[in-house]
Amino acid sequence: MAECGRVDSNTSHTMDKSITLPPDEIFRNLENAKRFAIDIGGSLTKLAYYSTVQHKVAKVRSFDHTAKEAAGDKLYEISMQEEVTARLHFIKFENAYIETCLDFIKDHLVNTETKVIKATGGGAHKFKELIERKLGLKVDKEDEMTCLIKGCNFVLRNIPHEAFVYAKHADSEFRFQTTNPDIFPYLLVNIGSGVSIVKVESEDKFERIGGSSIGGGTFWGLGALLTKTKRFDELLQLASKGQHASVDMLVKDIYGGSYGYLGLTGDLIASSFGKSATADKEFSKEDMAKSLLHMISNDIGQLACLYAKLHNLSRVYFGGFFIRGHPVTMHTITYSINFFTKGEVQALFLRHEGYLGAIGAFLKGAEEDNPNQYSWGENYAGSSGLMSVSPDMNPMQRARSGTFDMLEMDRLERQLVNLPLLQDPSSYIPDTVDLTEDAPAREYWLYCFEEALDGVVKRAVASQPDMPEAALRAEKFRQKYRHKLQTLRQQPFAYGSLTVRSLLDTREHCLNEFNFPDPYSKIKQRENDIALKYYQKAVKSLDELSWEEKQFALVRGVLAGNVFDWGAKAVSEPAFMPLGGQTDFCIFFFIPLSERPWLVDSYDQWLERLKGPPHKCALFFVDNSGVDIILGVMPFVRELLSRGTEVVLASNSGPALNDVTNGELQILTERIAAMDPVIEAGLREDRLLLVQSGSSSPCLDLSRLDKVLAMVVRERQTDLVIIEGMGRAIHTNYYAMLSCESLKMAVIKNSWLADRLGGKLFSVVFKYEVPVGKPNKDCGAFSPC
Amino acid sequence: MKQLCHHLAFPWFGMDIGGTLVKLVYFEPKDITAEEEQEEVENLKSIRRYLTSNTAYGKTGIRDVHLELQDLTLCGRKGNLHFIRFPTHDLPAFLQMGRDKHFSSLHTTLCATGGGAYKFESDFRMMADLELHKLDELDCLIRGVLYLDSVMSSGPSECYYFENPADPDHCVQKPCTLENPYPLLLVNIGSGVSILAVYSEDNYKRVTGTSLGGGTFLGLCCLLTGCSTFEEALEMASQGESTRVDKLVRDIYGGDYERFGLPGWAVASSFGNMMSKEKRESVSKEDLARATLVTITNNIGSITRMCALNENIETVLFVGNFLRVNTLSMKLLAYAMDYWSKGQLKALFLRHEGYFGAVGALLELLHPS
Repeated sequence: MAECGRVDSNTSHTMDKSITLPPDEIFRNLENAKRFAIDIGGSLTKLAYYSTVQHKVAKVRSFDHTAKEAAGDKLYEISMQEEVTARLHFIKFENAYIETCLDFIKDHLVNTETKVIKATGGGAHKFKELIERKLGLKVDKEDEMTCLIKGCNFVLRNIPHEAFVYAKHADSEFRFQTTNPDIFPYLLVNIGSGVSIVKVESEDKFERIGGSSIGGGTFWGLGALLTKTKRFDELLQLASKGQHASVDMLVKDIYGGSYGYLGLTGDLIASSFGKSATADKEFSKEDMAKSLLHMISNDIGQLACLYAKLHNLSRVYFGGFFIRGHPVTMHTITYSINFFTKGEVQALFLRHEGYLGAIGAFLKGAEEDNPNQYSWGENYAGSSGLMSVSPDMNPMQRARSGTFDMLEMDRLERQLVNLPLLQDPSSYIPDTVDLTEDAPAREYWLYCFEEALDGVVKRAVASQPDMPEAALRAEKFRQKYRHKLQTLRQQPFAYGSLTVRSLLDTREHCLNEFNFPDPYSKIKQRENDIALKYYQKAVKSLDELSWEEKQFALVRGVLAGNVFDWGAKAVSEPAFMPLGGQTDFCIFFFIPLSERPWLVDSYDQWLERLKGPPHKCALFFVDNSGVDIILGVMPFVRELLSRGTEVVLASNSGPALNDVTNGELQILTERIAAMDPVIEAGLREDRLLLVQSGSSSPCLDLSRLDKVLAMVVRERQTDLVIIEGMGRAIHTNYYAMLSCESLKMAVIKNSWLADRLGGKLFSVVFKYEVPVGKPNKDCGAFSPC
Repeated sequence: MKQLCHHLAFPWFGMDIGGTLVKLVYFEPKDITAEEEQEEVENLKSIRRYLTSNTAYGKTGIRDVHLELQDLTLCGRKGNLHFIRFPTHDLPAFLQMGRDKHFSSLHTTLCATGGGAYKFESDFRMMADLELHKLDELDCLIRGVLYLDSVMSSGPSECYYFENPADPDHCVQKPCTLENPYPLLLVNIGSGVSILAVYSEDNYKRVTGTSLGGGTFLGLCCLLTGCSTFEEALEMASQGESTRVDKLVRDIYGGDYERFGLPGWAVASSFGNMMSKEKRESVSKEDLARATLVTITNNIGSITRMCALNENIETVLFVGNFLRVNTLSMKLLAYAMDYWSKGQLKALFLRHEGYFGAVGALLELLHPS
């Protein structure tokens, strides 16, 4: 049922109405804002708007190489360009601030095209007049439930790790769910004043199948009567301290123990408030609040289970102000669901549950922009993340989260889909280690990223030598990222599961935020230039080897090339400087690769496989610029092409560390093609394809890849996937199960990680896998047909 | 196989010790021969006289005279069946009386069911020198229900329903029988609630239960209004207005919420108006008692309806002491079943509301299964 307006006004007007954070840090990009939507609940207002963000991107452009090359000529030029991208802003604040906020928006709103503001939520009518007067926009009311469902579909589809299971006593309280590409059908139990139970079958099809009048309003209203405590939060606080057994009649109070015949344990509540049926006993506020909380949570859980069973649904999401990030209610609801379904159904909660109505209202108003045709990504730099677990743990943060909370979503240029070759998309987890659950690993990586921060700042400044204010921006970046790291130390679950990938991505988002789109551009350029000069020599020396020697040299080349990685800590350390500082082809041969057998070594099986028929098509996810791509990957690709295998090279759409971007790779490949007839023929005959991955991360999420890539993979009947590098093959996808053959190659360039995996620094992982029950569909054995 | 019980020694009792109330049924033989009269020991006589000549026992024991079944034939004996109840917390006084009246000298088996049969077993032994024959409460409940519905009695019909539940002016109680009752959803509302799906006399399962039952109604009423008995709470509820306490659909949407077919009069949030300080100050104790009653009753209705749907059962039988002198709740349940199921579900009630467990226990004494 609808969230009702908070009628207790005595708490709000005493509040300081000044905004503690600079408002321009909250209502960002207002100048280009359009399409406003607002969701006014009982105590919180959620504002949504669509805006465009202008930021710098690094573009590469090939020089004209038709003229004879002079030594020292650069391969391509790098230019900074302004690019406009779309972003969704969502801001949550207490209703007390609504007037101040509207004033601020009015003052900064430049765009005059906007005429209407979509509104939803129980409080929308109450503030209608105020909004219309302040903003001069017509308030257009949208159905609350429709908005809620629209918003829910949107976050489930676009935000990885949106849904989580809550486990109070587990190592990590939040267990995030992997994104199931198929989000329907599901049950949404919205616990506002009352309870609405909605079955959602598709984007446009949902039905309120039931509900209950015993909801958050009952807890609040009855709780206020029983305990003389006015505020909802305080009631929850009371409840968390109480003992319900002094108020409730338990099975053991009736039976003296358990009711064994029915399997009801003694501690089960037989009758809520059953012990208070007496006039001559006093009960503590805490105990009554606790009993009330149990009564209501159990009742809602029971009804939700009955509805889930009747409609045969197993995914049940809970939301509404009763739930909204409150660990106390998430725990009791979870307990109830476990009890009534004997663990068959899990209670699921949403990280952005509070925004659903605003997101939905916004989407209603933006239908002509077709927001659902795009993929969107949570911007870690601009989003507050999920706040504190327990109210006592971090009171300051909690107080702040009650004031302003932000969510920003970037419209991605490409629509993202699953790699069609995932064995089971619904169980695929990109990340190898969940740092939310692994405390020592979390400690280490947070420390590691903090340590590396100085270096990143330096490199960012160095990448923009012509911009004097770069140092200032870099400093801002430092502050922002350090703050993010601090937040994550306190609340590792803030953005879903904490992983090395999320730490890397957050850093990229923060760099972009301060207009450092590509700090490595110059380094990448230099390394590409140098490596290119040695390409022919490398290919020639490889061609002189016997077939078997050559196969090993190619693999070794990919691995050795992968050591050249500015993203890795060990490589930029002084001990390694002779290698990293001045890249030279001869060094390529002195890379301290460990001897076989490697840490993970299925080279023999790979070699056996190579003696068999060629693969139809190989999809190669590449890693670094320079030596890695040019002297490691390209010769390997060349060999695949020579064998008759088509090759799809997948590289990042946007920059991340020193990873080669699609733009750079286009130029590099052209240059190599000019020197190498095999590559040239491959391009010309369309047997070598360069595609974007759709990602701008140093890691790889195979469930969010460019739609075009997925299409190509399907069309070409790809039967081999090669993943290279620590970020893509170790931090992520190490355990990824594919439905075709796969090859994961990486050198462990981090001593801690090497230690963890039972190896040493520069240990090699060479993991060749063939899916079970699918040896080789052409021949059945690895012998020439 | 039924055993001849002609010679089973009197007194014949069945007892159900619940969380809140102890229910006792007593068979008073009316066909005692002169010979029997001679043989009857003084203790037995004294008990019979004490029980049948009083309608109240001690401070809290009550005999529900209106429920008495007269001229009943049980095991070939003719007599009257008496229905007595007292609060569970007064069980010590009962045991004391048993001791004073030398109950144990009669060498009878005391068949008892309900949780208290387990909890107080040792008290019976220690304080009154009585051995309990413990029986499962759900087995007894079903046995008792089926028996009382089947006995031919001159009084009003055991089973009834409400005609026109949607229309308060024409809503009337109508007698019926439990012929071909299966499958049947049996909802027992005591302190807590148990919901059973009954497929035949000896085939049933407990579908679920809820802790929001009669105990919750009384417990909350005591806290909210300062009352101390069920009768007081009901009396207050009958004079109150729950719509001042509850937030209705029309309070939020101004009328019906048509998008989802919710009528304006439906409760959107029980006690929802009590979130507001002003409204908290303006409601009466009677309003609060009424709202508590409506909340608990409607919730039992919702859960029952969902169970009926899940189990694919259309007949619902409500029993238990929560319904005693509680026409308000019965009519609400009858209406809720009818309205939300669009007439598919039928709510039935039984006159002997809370005594079926005790009757079942008595039957176990006479015909051990």
